[in-house]
Amino acid sequence: MTPPSETPPETSPKRPTALRLHRALEPIYASDPRFRGWFTTNNNNDIGLLFLIAAAGFFVVGGVLAMLIRAQLASPRSVFMGPDVYNQVFTMHGTVMMFLFAIPFFEAMTVLLLPGMLGSRDMAFPRLSAYGLWCYLIGATTVVASLIPGLAPDSGWFMYPPLTSTEYSPGINTDIWLLGITFIEVSAISAAVEVVVTVLRYRAAGMSLSRMPIFAWYILVVAVMILTAFPPMILGSVLLETERLLDWPFFQADRGGDALLWQHLFWLFGHPEVYIIFLPAAGMISTILPVMARTTLLGHGWVVGAAVSLAVLSFGLWVHHMFTTGIPHMGLAFFSAASTLVAVPTAVQIFAWIGTLWRGRPRLDLPMLWLLGFFATFVIGGLTGVMLAVVPFDWQAHDTHFVVAHLHYVLIGGYVFPMIAAVYYFLPIFTGRTRFFKLGEVAFWLVVPGFHVTFLAVHWAGLLGQRRRTWTYDAGQGWEIINLVASVGSFVMAIGFALVILDVAVNAAVSSRGRRNPWGAGTLEWATSMPSPSYNIASIPVVRGRYPLRDDPDLAHRIARGEGLLAWPARNRRETLVVGTARGEPLQVAVLPGNTALPFVMALATSVVFLAPLIDAYRSAGVALLAVLALALRWAWTLGSKVDEGPLDAGHGLALPSAAEVPDPPGWWGSVFLLLADVTQFGSLLFGYAFLWTVAPNWPPPSYLAPGLWGPALALTGAAALAAGPRLAARAIGRTRAPWPGLVLALGGAAALAGGAATVWAARDPTAHAYDATLWLLAGHILLHAALAAIMLLYLGARVARGYASPARIGEARIVQLWSDFAAATGLVALAAAWLPGAFA
Amino acid sequence: MALVLAALRRRPPAGTDDTGAERVWLWGLGLAFPAVTLVALTTYGLVVGERLLPRDAPDLVTVRAEARQWAWTFAYADAPGRTTEGVLHIPAGRPVDVEITSADVLHSFWVPRLAGKLDAIPGHVNVLRLEAFAPGRYDGVSAEFNGTGYRDHAFAVEAHDPAAWAAFLAGETP
Repeated sequence: MTPPSETPPETSPKRPTALRLHRALEPIYASDPRFRGWFTTNNNNDIGLLFLIAAAGFFVVGGVLAMLIRAQLASPRSVFMGPDVYNQVFTMHGTVMMFLFAIPFFEAMTVLLLPGMLGSRDMAFPRLSAYGLWCYLIGATTVVASLIPGLAPDSGWFMYPPLTSTEYSPGINTDIWLLGITFIEVSAISAAVEVVVTVLRYRAAGMSLSRMPIFAWYILVVAVMILTAFPPMILGSVLLETERLLDWPFFQADRGGDALLWQHLFWLFGHPEVYIIFLPAAGMISTILPVMARTTLLGHGWVVGAAVSLAVLSFGLWVHHMFTTGIPHMGLAFFSAASTLVAVPTAVQIFAWIGTLWRGRPRLDLPMLWLLGFFATFVIGGLTGVMLAVVPFDWQAHDTHFVVAHLHYVLIGGYVFPMIAAVYYFLPIFTGRTRFFKLGEVAFWLVVPGFHVTFLAVHWAGLLGQRRRTWTYDAGQGWEIINLVASVGSFVMAIGFALVILDVAVNAAVSSRGRRNPWGAGTLEWATSMPSPSYNIASIPVVRGRYPLRDDPDLAHRIARGEGLLAWPARNRRETLVVGTARGEPLQVAVLPGNTALPFVMALATSVVFLAPLIDAYRSAGVALLAVLALALRWAWTLGSKVDEGPLDAGHGLALPSAAEVPDPPGWWGSVFLLLADVTQFGSLLFGYAFLWTVAPNWPPPSYLAPGLWGPALALTGAAALAAGPRLAARAIGRTRAPWPGLVLALGGAAALAGGAATVWAARDPTAHAYDATLWLLAGHILLHAALAAIMLLYLGARVARGYASPARIGEARIVQLWSDFAAATGLVALAAAWLPGAFA
Repeated sequence: MALVLAALRRRPPAGTDDTGAERVWLWGLGLAFPAVTLVALTTYGLVVGERLLPRDAPDLVTVRAEARQWAWTFAYADAPGRTTEGVLHIPAGRPVDVEITSADVLHSFWVPRLAGKLDAIPGHVNVLRLEAFAPGRYDGVSAEFNGTGYRDHAFAVEAHDPAAWAAFLAGETP
């Protein structure tokens, strides 16, 4: 083994053989020993594995609930469960599978695999991964635990008010859903922000967008969808929870609210959600299938285009869940056409996959078997989907078991089967072992036929008129045999799933050690030793094509010997490369945080904020909120440094600035995408306002809010000062002058803007009419963001005072500027929306 | 589609295919095939949907259906003040508009043999057109989950011949 000539001698005191490099990197990236390590690690391998095991655990919970449902429906007039228990069971089955299994499971796979695929040492914000994991674990456990005392949500997984309003659901069952699921969404949003920044910035050198692995494309699309689809539902939950706690009548028709508003907000989330679940699976198929066919993906660009167009189209489909709500037929026509239109990009993907198989030499390993199960199932699910998109058919089939069968074909066929294929395919990376026992094949032949027996029967029951969500049925309607067959099939399928889990567990524990890249794949995640080491990749390669390992079979060894960038950890800290978004040219060296319990502690505090209101412990929730705030500031404070490090040696003669010394640090990119979610949330609020105004009964309200003089004057000057102040401060820092005038101006602006918004609160009673409640919420949005901006401004002042800012270390000032701009801009829009009707009336 | 898949499974490697494959698989099967099929299907669906809409008709009868947990109350424009519980009376052979609303939570009005579903939403009135071609009894159910009594939230539609309908309006049959 010869020492690589490219590696500069001063960063590598000894000859950097693969083993020496491994021994140098391992202690830097290793998690803390023993028990403590579980709570302080933020390494993507640990977090991803915990996430994966937890999500699989909740799949088992959801599966047991499904078995209870099928046991109940196996015979007519069953006395196994009464309606009160049955309602909790089916509600929780849907909730668990959608929110606690499907989304976390692909997030887990992403956290585990994405850095390896991109040739990065970790995700962009490792502590955020850990925080997301703990939020999910605490929230999900609470929601599931509510089944034990019989307090689980019982109004169906889409929670339609008024059935979920206080009058018809007085217990805390509904609150558990609203608060618990919203809490879990925090983890989805944080994962999405992190995925977007990782894909856009944390890649191997030379990995331009067109050379990026196909899964990274898919997951980028999915993450942007999460950021734009979850906010409407979070808003819906906020509206419903404020109605329940404070009697703000958003969904009460007699006071200007409208039950339909919930349906719009929910499905505005709910339909993209279907694609948020399907696209990661499709990304796995596009990754695995070509390898199984020993070729490359046919029509890479087409597939990316199909994924993007599916994402865009999925936001125009939500009304197809509402065909029976009395929306005018022309409106339905539009959504019906859009619903059938999604079949086109889906077909492009399917045929790209079949074409890939056609031109390759497929082999029938276990992952391939599951992909064939996917094809057989998903195509049928797609066809029943087209049937349901036809409005007159839907008028009959809506809310019957036909819909139930359709969605199970799409979700199990389109998500679970490909994900099982992915688990088997990536098992060597997770565990370092190849499969030895052949239980998996048996499991496959139980699951897939069992599935089809079950849900073909359920389709049939639906066509015969059996409604979903009915806890039992009478004999003599011709449904007995069908339901019995479905139940038997479902138990066969469940045994198969149990075998899959057993098979994976056994093979992870006791089978033979595997070799590197057993499938002969072409992407970078296979370049590491198996299992993937804590640092993921020993040195960051320079990539020249879409399939680097295929182009250069020796690449893995050269990476291990440290012939890439950032090989020898001369600075004794976790470092990875930040590249240009489009072309992938090396730009910065990002310093990754070490082990810390901060995310775990902060998730605990956050859980108190969300869950204490369940037992009316509002004071505890308030205290916990302050704790979260303090921890968040502490979190940010640990970043950065008091001195300029200057250009850092990255190997190959490259000198790159630290990510703390650039105008657009990763935190700035993260803020941009978090604000994307924020602006969607704000947009949803405006949509809700406009919807109530135009559609809800009992409008217009009895009286309008008059703007007056003081409110608008305060708001306008406040917004202007809040926009100008941070700019002045940033410019002053750039010229090594004191930023105080700018900061003070901005703080005054935030206070004035908040004062303007407070006039709205002072003038109206939010319980009087949905109009007033909406105005309070708009003003609340302003107050919240003005307060956030003020806290950030104070924080920036403290950082400047302690020497954390310099003309190079300007990034934090620019982040604060971003948030201040957002507060000022949305503040003006919100107040205009609140005041203009009154000004013209 | 499953057939295409089955056929392809048996194909040996086709040597060195190049981008000609892209034209067949993606332009042809991926774009053109579904586009043509779906346009036809959607158009057909919309034409059928148009025909089911409530339009003006000379002999139109209007009734009102109000749902609540877990009962249905029906009222009749031709017999003001007259209400029935659980049974909707209509004339057979004439178009009927059912004005559907709710007194509490969401429900859905569904008589499978007469028409599709339409939701009952508090504060809104949705109009469903139906027509029973023959006199008789047609079963209906609520088709939107509405709590513990959902399963048994059913009703019936009684379609009368002209004489019985006139008698019903006059208050003779309950």
